Formats: sequence, C-alpha cells, structure tokens
Amino acid sequence: MGRWGRSQARFLSFFLPAAIFLIVLVIYPIVATLTLSFVAPDGSYAGLQNYGSVLGSPDTFNPACLQRGPPCGTLLNNLIWIGIHLPLTVFMGLFLAVLLQNVRGASFVKSLIFLGMVTPLIVVGVVLRFVLEYPIGVVPAFFGWLGIKSLDVNWLVTPNTLLLGLIFGTVWSWTGFSMIVYSAGLTTIPKDYFEAARVDGASEWQIFRKITWPLLRPVTLVIVTMTLLWELKLFDIVIGATNSQGGVGGAADVLALQMYRYFSNINYSSAAVVATLLTIFTLIVAVGLFRKLLGLPLRKKGRRTAPSVPQVETKSAKAAGDEGQGAVEGIS
Amino acid sequence: MNASAPTKRAPMRSRSRWVRIRPRTIVIHVVAWAIGLAWLLPFVGVAMTAVRPLDQTSLGWWRLSPFSVTLDNFVAVWNNPGCPLSLGLRDSFLVAMPATIIPMLVGALAGYGFARFQTRSRDYIFLAVVLFMAVPQMMVAVPVYNLMIRAGLISSLLSLILIHSAWGIPWIILFMRNFFRTLPLEVEEAARVDGASDFKIFYKIVLPMSLPAMAAIIVFQFMWVWNDFFFAQVLIQNPNWYLSTQCVPRLVGQFVRPYDLLSAGAILTMSVPVALYAILQRFYIRGLVGWTIKG
Repeated sequence: MGRWGRSQARFLSFFLPAAIFLIVLVIYPIVATLTLSFVAPDGSYAGLQNYGSVLGSPDTFNPACLQRGPPCGTLLNNLIWIGIHLPLTVFMGLFLAVLLQNVRGASFVKSLIFLGMVTPLIVVGVVLRFVLEYPIGVVPAFFGWLGIKSLDVNWLVTPNTLLLGLIFGTVWSWTGFSMIVYSAGLTTIPKDYFEAARVDGASEWQIFRKITWPLLRPVTLVIVTMTLLWELKLFDIVIGATNSQGGVGGAADVLALQMYRYFSNINYSSAAVVATLLTIFTLIVAVGLFRKLLGLPLRKKGRRTAPSVPQVETKSAKAAGDEGQGAVEGIS
Repeated sequence: MNASAPTKRAPMRSRSRWVRIRPRTIVIHVVAWAIGLAWLLPFVGVAMTAVRPLDQTSLGWWRLSPFSVTLDNFVAVWNNPGCPLSLGLRDSFLVAMPATIIPMLVGALAGYGFARFQTRSRDYIFLAVVLFMAVPQMMVAVPVYNLMIRAGLISSLLSLILIHSAWGIPWIILFMRNFFRTLPLEVEEAARVDGASDFKIFYKIVLPMSLPAMAAIIVFQFMWVWNDFFFAQVLIQNPNWYLSTQCVPRLVGQFVRPYDLLSAGAILTMSVPVALYAILQRFYIRGLVGWTIKG
C-alpha cells in the first residue's frame, strides 16, 4: 500500500500542472457547454428543447435543397463535404505517394503539395478567392476559355458552385496530408516484398492490390479518421473564402460556423447544442479508431525499416493510433 | 532464369540508372513534376498579385503585360489602418511563442509521469486525455469566453496563450509519453541509485535526451497556434489586438475586393509557418507521422 501511495504521489507531482490546465480550460468548459445545451435562454431546464429547435431549423437541415438547390443546411453541407472530400483526398494522397515512390526530387514535389497543409486555413480560404472568383481566378477563366458559360462565373457568389468550389479547394489543401502519411507508410514496407513479387512476374497493379494496399490498411484507418475529424471542424476556410454567413444564402455554411454565429449573437444555448453535436460526431469517429487499433494484431514484419525509432513493445497498436491523433491535432 | 537475375543485376546497378532509362520512368517523372507544379498554381497566383500593382492583375494575374514589380502592396497591408499587419504579426508571435513553450514543458512533465510511474488510475486518465484531442474547439468556446471575461482577460493575448497551452497539452502528453517509453531505463535507474530525485533525473537526464522530440513539438505547436483562427475570433474582440490571421479576412470589403492587399496579407501571414516548415521539415514530418505508423 505504501509503495502504491508513493508511486501515486510521484505520478501526481508530474501530472499536476497539466491537470490544472486541463481541468480549468478543458474539462470544466466541456461540462459547462454540455449543461448549457439543456438550459433555456431564461435559465430554466429545457430538456431536449434546444436540440429540437436547432435540428429542426432549416439552417441546420434543409432537405428541400435536393429539389430547390442550396442552401442545404450546415449538417447536410458537412455530410456532402465528407462524401466528396474524404474519398478524393484519401485516394489522391495514395496515388501521389505511390507515384512519387521512385521519382527524383520527390521530396521537393511533396513539399509543394504539402504547402497547403502548412498554410493557415484562413489564408487557404483567401487563396481560394484567387482561384475561384471572377475575374481574378484561374478557374472561371479556364471555363470561359473552354466556352462553358455556366462555369465561367464567380464561383464564390454563385450558390450552385460555391460549396463544390470550396470542397475542391479543401481537397487541394488537404491531399498533402494523406500523401505524406501514406509516403511514410510506404517506407515501412520492406523493399524485398516488391522485389520478390517482381521477380515472380507480378504486374504493378497486382503488387499494389496484394502488397501495398493491404499493408497500408492501418495507415488508411489513421488517415480516414484524421480527415473525418478535420472535415467536421471546418471553419476558417469558409470564412476566408466567403464570410461568417457561409456565403450567399448560407450555401457553404457548416456546423462550426453556425456555432460561431450563435455565439456571436449571444444565443449561447444554441451554440452549446451545435458544439455538443459536433463533439458527439468527433468522439464517435475517434473512438472507432481506438477500438479498431486496439483490436488489430501487431504486425511486426512490416516495421523493420523504421529509421532511428526504437520500437515500443507493448500496446504499440494503441500508441500508433494515439500518435496519429496527436499529429492531426497539431495541424488541423 | 530467375535465379540468375539478381547476380546479373547487382554489378549493373550503379550504371543502370543512366543507361536504361525506360520510357515509363520518363512519363512518371513528367507526370509527378507536372502535378507538383500544378498544385503550386494557386500560390503562384497570390504571389503574382502581391508583387504587382492591382491594375495589372485585376483581370487575371496570368496577363503578363504590362509587368512591373512593386512592394507597395506589402507596405500597404503592413500599415493598413483597419488592421495593421505589423501589429498582427507581432501579436501572433507574442501568443505563439509562450503558447509553445508552456505546454511543451507542462506536457513533457506529465508525459514522463505517464511513461514511468505506475498507478491504478493512470491508464484511465491517459485514455481521457487522449480523447480530449478529438474534442472540437467549439465545445469549450462559450465557457472559456465567460471565464476570460470574469478573469478580466478578454481581448488580451494572455487569454489566448492560456487556452492554446491547455489545448496543446493532451497531444504533447501523448507524444512525449510515447517518446519517453522508447528511452532506455538504465541511465535513469543508475542516477536514482546515486540518489538523484525524480525531478532532477527528469531535467538533467531525460530532457536533454528528448531534444528531437521537443523540436517536433515546437514546430507543430507553434504552427498550430500561429494558424489558429477560431480561438482568436472568440477571445480577441478588440481590433487593437487582432492577430495576423484575424487581419487577413478583414481586408475583404462588403463589395470591393482589394486583391492587392489580400494577396500581400496572405503571403505575410503564411510566410512564418512556411519558413518554419522549410527549416524544420525533418522534425515536422517526424511529428506528423513519426513514432506512429512506424512504431
């Protein structure tokens, strides 16, 4: 018992400063927001009423957009964003990582593509103006040159093109992430695997299907999770490219932006509702990753080539997931 | 035939690169480089607009005549009366530097605790800390805003330093814990036998061995704080203290698009993280994928 107590005290003495920060500025605010989401503006307990009014609002969910065009509401916009952005960035990143595997100057090309990840997202939004707005942007000029009148417009003030334009903009800025992580994943696959397959006469496609893709599965899981978390928290880029209303008629409005608007209008209960919903979504995504990674068998073989990184023997699968998590927290 | 292939290839390897360039290799190189350069195009557009007078670029930066280079746009955003970027950049530095150092030290301390001291509740606390990383900033915005008002810190850079420190601690704890677990225990145990205290071991022995990990944290956390926009928008409401990321979107008018100012402001604001990335790329990439997929 005494030893336990001593160990406890030593642990606490190291953890205490961090604990104070976390309790005051993370845990307490999370609990307070959760509580706030159940409180009516006059301070009385409101049950799920706030949730009902936020989710029932066409600002959040407007399925009529299927017939009548944008806006679709923040929730649907985030979902559309995920539906287009997630597959595109994952596969383009994988394609580029594989393509650049044996290219001279690959690290420079990767840096060019990765530049969008290093740039502040608010600036990425502003940069998109120089691509999508008429007459300064390349995209309208390109379609004008092709003679396609319907796309030779200012993409950022046309409801039908705004959301799509921003989604493609985020594909441009985020692909660097999956490319870099996949590239790192590729270096962990021993070269002998590829060479043995080639000696046996396998085609490049077979090599990809039978070796590269299966061995990259844990990496794919990390990338998909990080990308999902990032897509749910989209905020800066929309403001940078449009305004805090989510563009014309809210065509590119997203959940985080809606929360910010409620906050600015001192509608704290609704702000808390949107924040809580967002948190629920992100936790579902994150917990999925942890569970899967904990269940994965440790594949020792493929990790032989890790440079300068001593191996963590126990719980290495868990550490892998955590680490990627930390990575994105730093950049998203 | 298969058996002889490796022996035949080995001596050729040094020359084969130059002798046997297959058409496929050329195509791959052309495609790869073309994609890389195409990816840069939006930034090229911004840079071209930033260094030329607006009347030359307003119909498209790719129209190259007339072409003259000027620094006027940068001077104009630097001294822009609404939100001078000279102050915005200064304030961004004043926030990002302490908001990198504080969580790095606090997080490293805690990470060491998680890596070395066994207690019954440790793993549960650790799991909770890890889950905090998935929580979006929006979840704490309103209470933190109220907290800062009550503390009299609203619109002060200190409020941002505090929230960014707290926000960075979970991933730094995780990162440092995973790093510390890879360090050999023998040195620390030898020091303990010699009577050194836990804290002395930590800062005399463990910290100096952790410099590569710290470098990764510095690049990451600094960039993360510098690039942040949401917390700044929530906590800095006084235009005198706007950060550089807050200045940039404020250059856009309701109806006018001052592309010259906008491009110069964008370049100045992104120049700091881009420079940091260019210099410390090695550590950045290590932080990004580092001990993870490879561990």
